[in-house]
Amino acid sequence: MYYTKEMKDSMQRVASTREFRMTQELPLLDPVQKVDLLESYHPDFIEDVFRKLKVGPSKGTLTPKEFADLFEAKSVLDPEGFDLSTVDYDVDVLVVGGGGAGAAAALMAQEQGAGVLLVTKLRFGDANTIMAQGGIQGADKENDSPSTHYLDVFGGGRYFNDPDLVEALVKDAPEVLAWLEKLGVMFDKDSDGTMVSIHGGGTSRRRMHAARDYTGGEIMKTLRDEAKNRGIDVVEFSPVYELITDGETVTGAVLYNMETYDFLVVRAKTVILATGGAGRLHVAGFPTTNHYGATADGLVLGYRAGVPLEFMDTIQYHPTGAAYPEQLLGQLVTEKVRGLGGQLVNTDGNRFIYELETRDVEAAAIIRECSERKKGITTPSGYCAVWLDTLVIEEKHGAGTIKERLPAMYRQYQRFDIDMAKEPILVYPTQHYQNGGLKIRPDGETTIKNLYAAGEVAGGIHGRNRLMGNSLLDVVVFGRRAGIAAAERAATLKTPGKLTLDHLKRFHAELAEVGAADNRVAPMLLPEYRRPETIEKKLPVLP
Amino acid sequence: MAEQMATIYVMGKAYEVPSDLTIMKAMEYAGYRFLRGCGCRGAFCGACGTVYRTQDDYRLKVGLACQEMVQDDMYLSEIPFFPGNKANYDVEDLKPKAEAVLAHYPEVYRCLACNTCTKACPQDIEVMEYIQAALRGDIAKAADLSFDCLMCGLCAARCPAEIVQYNVALLCRRLYSRHIAPEAKHLEARVKEVRDGKFDKEIASLKAMDQREIAKLYDARDIEPGD
Ligand SMILES: Cc1cc2nc3c(=O)[nH]c(=O)nc-3n(C[C@H](O)[C@H](O)[C@H](O)COP(=O)(O)OP(=O)(O)OC[C@H]3O[C@@H](n4cnc5c(N)ncnc54)[C@H](O)[C@@H]3O)c2cc1C
Ligand code: SF4
Ligand code: SF4
Ligand code: FES
Repeated sequence: MYYTKEMKDSMQRVASTREFRMTQELPLLDPVQKVDLLESYHPDFIEDVFRKLKVGPSKGTLTPKEFADLFEAKSVLDPEGFDLSTVDYDVDVLVVGGGGAGAAAALMAQEQGAGVLLVTKLRFGDANTIMAQGGIQGADKENDSPSTHYLDVFGGGRYFNDPDLVEALVKDAPEVLAWLEKLGVMFDKDSDGTMVSIHGGGTSRRRMHAARDYTGGEIMKTLRDEAKNRGIDVVEFSPVYELITDGETVTGAVLYNMETYDFLVVRAKTVILATGGAGRLHVAGFPTTNHYGATADGLVLGYRAGVPLEFMDTIQYHPTGAAYPEQLLGQLVTEKVRGLGGQLVNTDGNRFIYELETRDVEAAAIIRECSERKKGITTPSGYCAVWLDTLVIEEKHGAGTIKERLPAMYRQYQRFDIDMAKEPILVYPTQHYQNGGLKIRPDGETTIKNLYAAGEVAGGIHGRNRLMGNSLLDVVVFGRRAGIAAAERAATLKTPGKLTLDHLKRFHAELAEVGAADNRVAPMLLPEYRRPETIEKKLPVLP
Repeated sequence: MAEQMATIYVMGKAYEVPSDLTIMKAMEYAGYRFLRGCGCRGAFCGACGTVYRTQDDYRLKVGLACQEMVQDDMYLSEIPFFPGNKANYDVEDLKPKAEAVLAHYPEVYRCLACNTCTKACPQDIEVMEYIQAALRGDIAKAADLSFDCLMCGLCAARCPAEIVQYNVALLCRRLYSRHIAPEAKHLEARVKEVRDGKFDKEIASLKAMDQREIAKLYDARDIEPGD
């Protein structure tokens, strides 16, 4: 791989301090130092990133501008004249989103006897879930307990979490792991069946379970396979473009067939939003780890229908996004690299933070190193970064550990001629996870009747900061819960609901009142990566 | 530094693009907006399988658009969907034996051991080896070897025996994990403890704490040594 002179010199300094660093003990920050670091450097505390929402149930709360632009946008549908009279699908439970939460919800809803339709924007499984590498938490070891897990989740979330949701998360965890094990997810195990588990940032017990470093991939593929085996109806490339209500409760959804450019109407007794995250909004210009379809659609749909948002003023930046080579920019370097002993090192070859602090603290420390302290390394395209010294892992655990325990990471870098076992890599924070989201109850229902939400689109579980491994857990826990509850509710609803866009009428009126909407429309569906030159030249002919 | 450019032919049409881009980013640079053929953008989902050829070379090559760099005179097309055969089964009822594989995917018998699949795989998986292992009934080996499979379909697209390797692989991993790998006893025990309400009191007391109380407890918690 090509390195500048500055990079090469710095790499030598990193090599020369390695032996010392191998035995160097860095203390955890005390609570005061932590707050100070966060408030000075974490983007969540930078005023300019946010603005107050002018409309909707969470009016007045601070939201990153990129989100606010969508929450204060119109639907392209005209609620006065839009024709909902032809029902294309009539189902008990509509699951929106083909990631981990959606798949788990669909399986459980069907198991309760409901007629289920799963619709998704890209292919079934093209989602953040399939990208999760590091692991899934669950307190199943002798020295651990759901209560210890509870405490870790709460501390990680800076004590803002919804206690009922955390209780559900940690108590369901063992059962969820057992469910996945039984479905045939290939967890890392010892020869006697004991789950291999390691630490993650902010864990007090080694509670991180993994399927090598394709944990989410293995879970997603298994759940998708099971959904296919059980004959669940799936429609791909047909995102929900708007919810349908009877004015008060949810009764269906409008789908947009992105390949034929027409819409379809689904009548459903209950709807589960499982649309995932929003990395593709690129808050404050950060790159992202997220998949192509992570554009906050579910938040927009739920918000318009009247569901309040929680903790939208906190975004998780993964401390270690790839910063070099440019082709990998923003992509995740899993926390497991640090879990196995990888060290964060500045241009002088010095560590500057204990590596297993929570993610927000790690990210803030790296930003501080690159900004105020000017101890970062500049990449050829002008980005600033710090080293993640991966060689320590091989020194500690033996040669070949990286290739064996982190095959996906290893291959990723090999593709660009970087051997992680022999060279340190460059990292900088990247937009990773939406800590907040739609407010839910422990059974997944939102404040709008018959509308459920599960997975990354929901908020409250992780308070103001999620710990690694708790999100894969959360998508399965709340996906299952929402699936069960939505199916049970559907069974009690005898007559099909009235189909209207009355909620949209109200929302559009509110927008007009405050003059908020300009010409913006939402949901976004897909991000725009064409060059401005191309877009300028586009003719309004054909789609 | 002046940008190095390359000429690529997307489904036969020529575009000038910077030569240090992946196929995916180069197509966006050229003006394409992906609908199909783009998922994770990071070698996890297998949505972006691509076939290409370079000038003066008769050979067809394959790769992932999100990972493969463009080359000058590259003729390319994505194959974002592959209509592969997928059997339906209940893992619970199956035995981790060759019969389970062959009953659902009898075409595995037809493997010619030509190794075309292995050469195609962007994940450097020994695809033929895992198919052969499945055929022999060595389910554990098939599961192990196929673990990194993204289900991109590139192997299947080129297989003369019309085997859908990635679906065979997934069946093997599920069979292995369900029926060969020993169960986690501690997990079963913990599930029971939770059901019996063993932790309810502790959790109820944590839930009742205010932020200050729980913060104190959190800051004082003991941390298991790392590995
Ligand atoms: C690179 C990466 C690594 C990660 N690693 C870990 C980890 O190690 N451990 C951990 O716990 N967590 C991890 N996470 C976080 C975790 O993977 C996600 O938070 C979680 O998988 C989200 O699941 P989900 O089902 O809510 O959403 P997703 O899996 O993103 O699924 C959402 C689905 O909804 C679809 N969709 C979107 N909009 C619409 C619409 N309008 N209509 C219909 N469908 C729509 C999408 O196409 C997608 O299929 C990681 C995340 C990333 C990106
Ligand atoms: S390409 Fe098909 S026939 Fe050839 S080795 Fe692979 S599985 Fe067998
Ligand atoms: S085994 Fe086949 S489907 Fe799997 S990654 Fe390799 S080429 Fe793609
Ligand atoms: S886009 Fe997912 S593998 Fe390339």
